[in-house]
Amino acid sequence: MTAPEVKPRDVLLSVENVSLSFGGVKAISGVSFDIRKGEIRAIIGPNGAGKTSMLNVINGFYQPQKGTITFKGEPRTKMRPHDAATGGIARTFQNVALFRGMSALDNIMAGRSLKMNKNLFWQLLRYGPAMKEEVAHRRHVEDIIDFLKIQEIRRTPVARLPYGLQKRVELGRALAMEPELLLLDEPMAGMNLEEKEDMSRFILDVNDHYGTTIALIEHDMGVVMDLSDRVVVLDHGLKIADGTPAEVMKNQNVIDAYLGVAH
Amino acid sequence: MFYREAGQFKTSYEVDAAVFPIRQDRIGIALILFIAFVVIPLTATDFVISVLLVPFLILSLAAIGLNILTGYTGLLSLGTAGFMGVGAFACYKLTTYFPNVNIVIWIFVSGFFASAVGVLFGLPSLRIKGFYLAVATLAAQFFLDWAFIRVQWLTNYNTSGAIEVPTRTLFGMPLTGPNAAPEFRYLVVLSFVAAMTWFASNLVHGRIGRMWMAVRDMDLAAELIGIRLLPTKLLAFAISSFYCGVAGALMVFLWYGSAEPAVFNIDQSFTILFMVIIGGLGSLIGSFFGAGLIYGLPIIMRFIVNLFGWQITPATVEHFTFMTVGGLIILFLIIEPAGLARLWQIAKQKLRVWPFPY
Repeated sequence: MTAPEVKPRDVLLSVENVSLSFGGVKAISGVSFDIRKGEIRAIIGPNGAGKTSMLNVINGFYQPQKGTITFKGEPRTKMRPHDAATGGIARTFQNVALFRGMSALDNIMAGRSLKMNKNLFWQLLRYGPAMKEEVAHRRHVEDIIDFLKIQEIRRTPVARLPYGLQKRVELGRALAMEPELLLLDEPMAGMNLEEKEDMSRFILDVNDHYGTTIALIEHDMGVVMDLSDRVVVLDHGLKIADGTPAEVMKNQNVIDAYLGVAH
Repeated sequence: MFYREAGQFKTSYEVDAAVFPIRQDRIGIALILFIAFVVIPLTATDFVISVLLVPFLILSLAAIGLNILTGYTGLLSLGTAGFMGVGAFACYKLTTYFPNVNIVIWIFVSGFFASAVGVLFGLPSLRIKGFYLAVATLAAQFFLDWAFIRVQWLTNYNTSGAIEVPTRTLFGMPLTGPNAAPEFRYLVVLSFVAAMTWFASNLVHGRIGRMWMAVRDMDLAAELIGIRLLPTKLLAFAISSFYCGVAGALMVFLWYGSAEPAVFNIDQSFTILFMVIIGGLGSLIGSFFGAGLIYGLPIIMRFIVNLFGWQITPATVEHFTFMTVGGLIILFLIIEPAGLARLWQIAKQKLRVWPFPY
């Protein structure tokens, strides 16, 4: 039995020949790959392979010295992170980057800042249009809270939450932006098995329910193999493999990179 | 026992998002406002109003201004007194150029001048933060301080180099100058403070407040969710300086009556910063607590000394108050580094389950 014919989907983001170096240190050298609409794309590789640098290039924290990035069919030039946000790219961080002084609800509401636009005058009164806007967005945020099953912690300052829940709130904040492309940097780092299973379920549900394209970095190979549609493997800033999880797993370069080569 | 929210169900997000979602809080606020607006003007002595309440309210307003910048947006500023001075001098110049326009309008408008200056000195905040920004605002403080003393145009070439507040009226009654009734001044100050506190509370509970706090807590992540750092920080500078400017104008016109530039020196900036830190960073009610503690405590202590009629020289009393207030501040900070506002919050939390905590 052959695998069912999969119609190739439209490319949402393509990275072509991107190089990034910090002084003499080459973080990424000449990497190209693409992310198609609606897929879950994993970026894996040993420590220091340039995975997080890649995400930082995609959402504008770093400007690559060489190469082009095309998002939604438009090649983009110099951009700042908030431009990426406006364009529909959301992101979570390897070590949680929540707004620690704010409640879970406020954190997720902050994710809607881009979509809220009532001016200072109404904000001062907190009445009329501003309140209407606040309530409308609150409704959306409550949907996300229900979706992530964090109802009981919505008023808790996030600094007091356990790590697993913090990661979930961070995912919620990213979802509040209604992104087209969601970048997850090690969403399961430091979690126990149960939390990993929950998080995997949420990632699949996000992909399924909101149709969000997801690019994730993850070290847990089991998770990567189960979740992702296609995997790109980086090592020392170079792309060494690209393909379906099964293909990548058999690739000799990948095995060498992870296990080392006998000299 | 009486502070319970059981049985108060919120049926819409609008109700849930209210600033005071608990009924007892709303009753409490209404009561405080009633006492402040009706009971105090009718009963309090001129001494209490002029020496305690008016300064307390004005300093609270300045503390709210600094709290917006430092507590909510996380930008440490030492230029508070400078911005207050801009408000005061702007108000003075405006009312001497256009004496027919009501002074209340000029007090309000002078806030915009302070805003403009605040934004100008806030520009470096995109690149520098923390202590380095504090040093940059220190430059603002010293420059403005210098300008108030040296630029004699600001004091209308007054030989004493001070602002001498002319008499201005509101509703036909003198509001500023030597003939103004303390109750009347108090009511105007109170109206300013109540309205501006309400505006500030609306702001920090909404989108803009969340953006400020996002920038404070994690600016990288804030940028990532689409918040532009520079406009957000500059807005904080503008609004914060507006509050400080109005507070400065109120200070000179409705409290001091005449003021030398030295009122707006670095000591004043520090005093207000201490109020904000002790009251609680990122808390509006904390600004009132902080102002009350730092301004009110020495006066109350002096009052107590007089009450018992102890034969101590005024200088000793002064030193004794300094020591006690300093000690108390340290004590409060050890008990609760997050400020009096947190103590207040904890007390409310305890009260909810009192007297059966289990």
